[in-house]
Amino acid sequence: MFNSSFDAVVPMLCVTLAALAAMGAEAFRARDEKMPIGGLGIIGLVGAGVACALLWNRNTSSFGVIVADNFGLFVTMVLVIVGILTIMFSSQVLEVDNLPRGEYYALLLFGIAGMMMMATANDLLVVFISLEILSLAVYVLTGIRRDDPRSTEAAFKYFLLGAFSSAFFLYGIAFTYGLTGSTRLDRIGAFLAAQSMSDNPLILVALGLLLVGFAFKISAVPFHMWTPDAYEGAPAIVTGFMSTGVKAAAFAAFARVFLSAFEPFSQQWVPVIWVLAAATMILGTVVGVAQSNLKRMLAYSSIAHGGYLLVGLVAANQIGKAAILFYLLAYAITNLAAFGVIAMLASSNDENEELRDYKGLWHTHPALAAMMTVCLLSLGGLPPTVGFVGKWYIFSAAVSSGYYGLAVIGMLTSVVSVFFYLRVVVMMYMSEREGPEPVRPRIARMGMVALTLSVILIFYLGILPTRVLDYAAESIATIF
Amino acid sequence: MIPLDHYLIVSAILFAIGTAGVFLRKNLITILLSIEIMLNAVNLTFVAFGRSLGTVDGQIITFFVMTVAAAEAAVGLAIIIALYRHRESLNPDTFSSLKW
Amino acid sequence: MLALIPLFPLLGFLFNASFGRRVPKTVSGGVASLVMLASFAVAAMSVWQLAGLPVEERVIDQTLYTWIASGDFVLDLTLRLDPLSAVMILVITGIGSLIHIYSTAYMHDEPDSEYARYFSYLNLFAAFMLVLVLGASFLVLFVGWEGVGLCSYLLIGFWFKKKSASDAGKKAFVVNRIGDYAFILGTLLLFTHFGTLDFRQLADAVAPLPPEATFGTLSIATLLLFIGATGKSAQIPLYVWLPDAMEGPTPVSALIHAATMVTAGVYMIGRTAVVFTHAPDTMLIVAIIGALTALMAGTIGLVQNDIKRVLAYSTVSQLGFMFLAMGMGAFGAGIFHLYTHAFFKALLFLGSGAVIHALHGEQDIRNMGGLKKQLPVTYWTFLIGSLAIAGVPFLSGFFSKDEILFETFAHGHWILWGIGALTSLLTATYMFRLVFLTFHGERREGAIASGSHLHDAPPAMAFVLIVLAIGSVLAGYVGVPHALGGSNLLGAWLEPAFGIMPAAGEEEAGLELMLMAVSSTIALVGIGLAAFIWLKRREIADSMARSFSGLYNLLLNKYYVDEIYDAAIVRPTVVLSTDVLWRGFDVRVVDAAVNGAGTIVGASASMLRRLQTGSVRAYASSLFVGVVLILGYYLWR
Repeated sequence: MFNSSFDAVVPMLCVTLAALAAMGAEAFRARDEKMPIGGLGIIGLVGAGVACALLWNRNTSSFGVIVADNFGLFVTMVLVIVGILTIMFSSQVLEVDNLPRGEYYALLLFGIAGMMMMATANDLLVVFISLEILSLAVYVLTGIRRDDPRSTEAAFKYFLLGAFSSAFFLYGIAFTYGLTGSTRLDRIGAFLAAQSMSDNPLILVALGLLLVGFAFKISAVPFHMWTPDAYEGAPAIVTGFMSTGVKAAAFAAFARVFLSAFEPFSQQWVPVIWVLAAATMILGTVVGVAQSNLKRMLAYSSIAHGGYLLVGLVAANQIGKAAILFYLLAYAITNLAAFGVIAMLASSNDENEELRDYKGLWHTHPALAAMMTVCLLSLGGLPPTVGFVGKWYIFSAAVSSGYYGLAVIGMLTSVVSVFFYLRVVVMMYMSEREGPEPVRPRIARMGMVALTLSVILIFYLGILPTRVLDYAAESIATIF
Repeated sequence: MIPLDHYLIVSAILFAIGTAGVFLRKNLITILLSIEIMLNAVNLTFVAFGRSLGTVDGQIITFFVMTVAAAEAAVGLAIIIALYRHRESLNPDTFSSLKW
Repeated sequence: MLALIPLFPLLGFLFNASFGRRVPKTVSGGVASLVMLASFAVAAMSVWQLAGLPVEERVIDQTLYTWIASGDFVLDLTLRLDPLSAVMILVITGIGSLIHIYSTAYMHDEPDSEYARYFSYLNLFAAFMLVLVLGASFLVLFVGWEGVGLCSYLLIGFWFKKKSASDAGKKAFVVNRIGDYAFILGTLLLFTHFGTLDFRQLADAVAPLPPEATFGTLSIATLLLFIGATGKSAQIPLYVWLPDAMEGPTPVSALIHAATMVTAGVYMIGRTAVVFTHAPDTMLIVAIIGALTALMAGTIGLVQNDIKRVLAYSTVSQLGFMFLAMGMGAFGAGIFHLYTHAFFKALLFLGSGAVIHALHGEQDIRNMGGLKKQLPVTYWTFLIGSLAIAGVPFLSGFFSKDEILFETFAHGHWILWGIGALTSLLTATYMFRLVFLTFHGERREGAIASGSHLHDAPPAMAFVLIVLAIGSVLAGYVGVPHALGGSNLLGAWLEPAFGIMPAAGEEEAGLELMLMAVSSTIALVGIGLAAFIWLKRREIADSMARSFSGLYNLLLNKYYVDEIYDAAIVRPTVVLSTDVLWRGFDVRVVDAAVNGAGTIVGASASMLRRLQTGSVRAYASSLFVGVVLILGYYLWR
């Protein structure tokens, strides 16, 4: 069914080469020499984007384990967007925090390459390896501010729990391999469809363990405990990157494994994911209400958004599958932009990320405040932003598949969530600052460009979503 | 010839020991070692399944896992060193400034 | 063409949001008003075009593009002008423009940036409201629905330095979100049942069905929609936000209460009239809630001392009337009242704004009085507005309120009619209490600017007040009932939009005339009552103070009557409205419910966040518990 060639790995190859170039550039850089390393990354990512566009509808496959079907390419495109925006936001952060550029960009690009691999992997072992590639890069990025104890602590927690959960995941792969004789998703799927194994406890154990591994990466309750800490401790832009990129890649693999290989077992995994989705939406939202740190609040909000994505996975009809992809894109752009704002407002000695630091932001940085408002409204799912269309899709998929309970919980939690998003808006527009204005860095033009692009995308996808939705629907049609 | 079940049981026990180690031990290095034990338990499972299926895939996968484990250990130790510099402690409970 | 109507205010918003801080007030205010006028002009032209079509074809659709398409579900972003939305857009753009013009003078003391911020919100609000009424499907309507909620939140909390203002904004937002939640559930239910979100297709799908005898899907869906409407349109139990919303600038109150947001719920029921008529149970609930709200808000209005609060409760009460009409199936009458109410309520709010403006922020009517001479324009226009809302014959409020009462009576709902009639009496009484206490009598002590000379409304404000006063007199003449020799133009105009024929016929003209006489009498009695209590007694009290001994007996007698009246009617009413309905129900029950929901979320949040102890070993345990739960589920199921 696939043409075998090297084509399918081209997107991640572009990014990997850019990463290697970044490493080399850093190594051979004179002490005070300025090098446009970020630019190298953008070139690599644009190359990956072009490769994606060329591979669209071609269904190529490399070595049987990487498939560039439209589903994977759609997610790859999302990752390209995430990568480009992250790099644009990063230039200022690196300057202010005085972080090592070469290492930062190299890790970022290796991480993206891992994510792309995960999104297109057609083999459980490749899923595992790509998971590790992206995780190792992100662990280090989380702790890249080595002199900050919080950053290091965040990296440590993320690392320890990540390694712990990936051991479970690997154990699940081992059982799957032992029972089906292969780690290739298509063969597993064929094997499971051909034989009725639903009474074999080991296959259920395998299913459960794989579920745990994915649930950890997308921070579903109760595997979410690392999320708030890691997101709070990491530099804001890294948080933005990992809350969007990692989640997109993990969801792509999650959907691929469960909707293709383990499709015959949907009777078994749907109830579990139903519960996970409900718990995730509720906990993420409710605890988010009590937060006073903006980054931590958005961490809980991104947990809740993972819950909405799980609803799409449970619904898993044609609308639901397309909805997952669209929501991933919507969430990625919006969340990254919101974290980008936080990152741009952080100065080197004070991160300025408590809610009260945002009081009266409208008076000092009107453009930033306005764009942050758009992001928050989109996260809250208010029309006419992309967040609304995404939520609408997810919930209408749930309703048309008969999961009324999830739809109701989802809507109720989004009502509550608007409350805490709006709290930030109120802080920015409707509060007077008491005490001295926090020290804020000069806002770099590059970051503003990225932010403007994000806001344009948020509105464009909210007002004219059809084209992208069609792409999402097409992507789904190719594999499931 | 030892039947497959025995291998699986041994590896399950190893895996359980590793799991227990992660949240019972109070030294970061030991916890890291516990995770390694878990990964090696999985390796054993792979090899055992590979043998019983009569293919070499299981053994080959083990090499991948070992590579990943090595990389993970390297990053993990680096993070632990960075942590130790801040607090001069290896007790995981010392590091709880991020909470709630 | 239709798209231009909301587009103009949107452009105004974009202009003021991006450049408003850098241009002088005349430019930002001028642009905001001009875009509204432009929008009004386009709306008027569109309606003219609509009116030129034959009656059965009076629909203009403009499909902008396909908004959402997934599988077999296609949703176009379509704007639709039909007789119902025609009335709405004229009201919104017309009265909206006047309020914008008025605001240019009213907000003049604000600094430039705040001034621009104000007008940008105002334009955005109008744009969303226009999307709401022009949307051809639930989803487009919902865009406007959420948008006006957001803007009202920003506008009510505009003077955020006052804590009460930002609290009020928050309350409005929370209450509205509860309603929105029910609304979108109702929408989804209708969608899953009929597979469409377009109003017309939905009506076509529902029309052939028999009305639901039992409480079925349609009843649940309409009930959910109605809960949404109670949030937006301030009905029991979700009305609590509206009186607090008075914390916003006065023109905002006029905009929210008269022309736009609160009418959204009434409009939405009118828009889905066919669905509602198929759920008689819901219709009855709508009518009862409407009547009860009207009565309750009316009694509360009687004891308030804040000029804007009286008007706020009066709005709640009048909205109750509209819902009563909707519940009776008299959709035309409800929309008619909505339309006339827009005129006189905008007038009253803007008039009160002029008073507050003149008194430099004083809102307590106990500190007013005798303003008739100093503020003649305000006084006369306010008086006309009060006469109109009281239902004095041949002013606009008379025709519309009367039609509602007649329809209620004609449908045989005597009790509801009685409640309605009683509320009319209360309306006349509290409105004239307000007029007398504010404008008549002597200036009372404690008035802030008592010594200084007061300025009547500046030209921009006076102009708006006069235009609205003329509107309040004449607006009703588009709907003169058949019984008075009119032809009820508005009713006939609206009929095709609802897709149902009104029940009342010509042979009941005599009954209608009789009821008209009754309600006119009620209005006059109410005004007389107010005059008696708040004008007459004051004079008596004064003369008593002068010659206490001489006319003792006579005065005692009179006083005695007064006391009986006071003890038998006023006191209980006061007690009932103050202690039971206002302090008891309103503050305790409803507020507690709203706050309680917040408290529960807050409390569980602070409890749940404690689980996040910061210890990585605890996190690992949590992860492991998750593993055990999932594997346990699979193995021991």
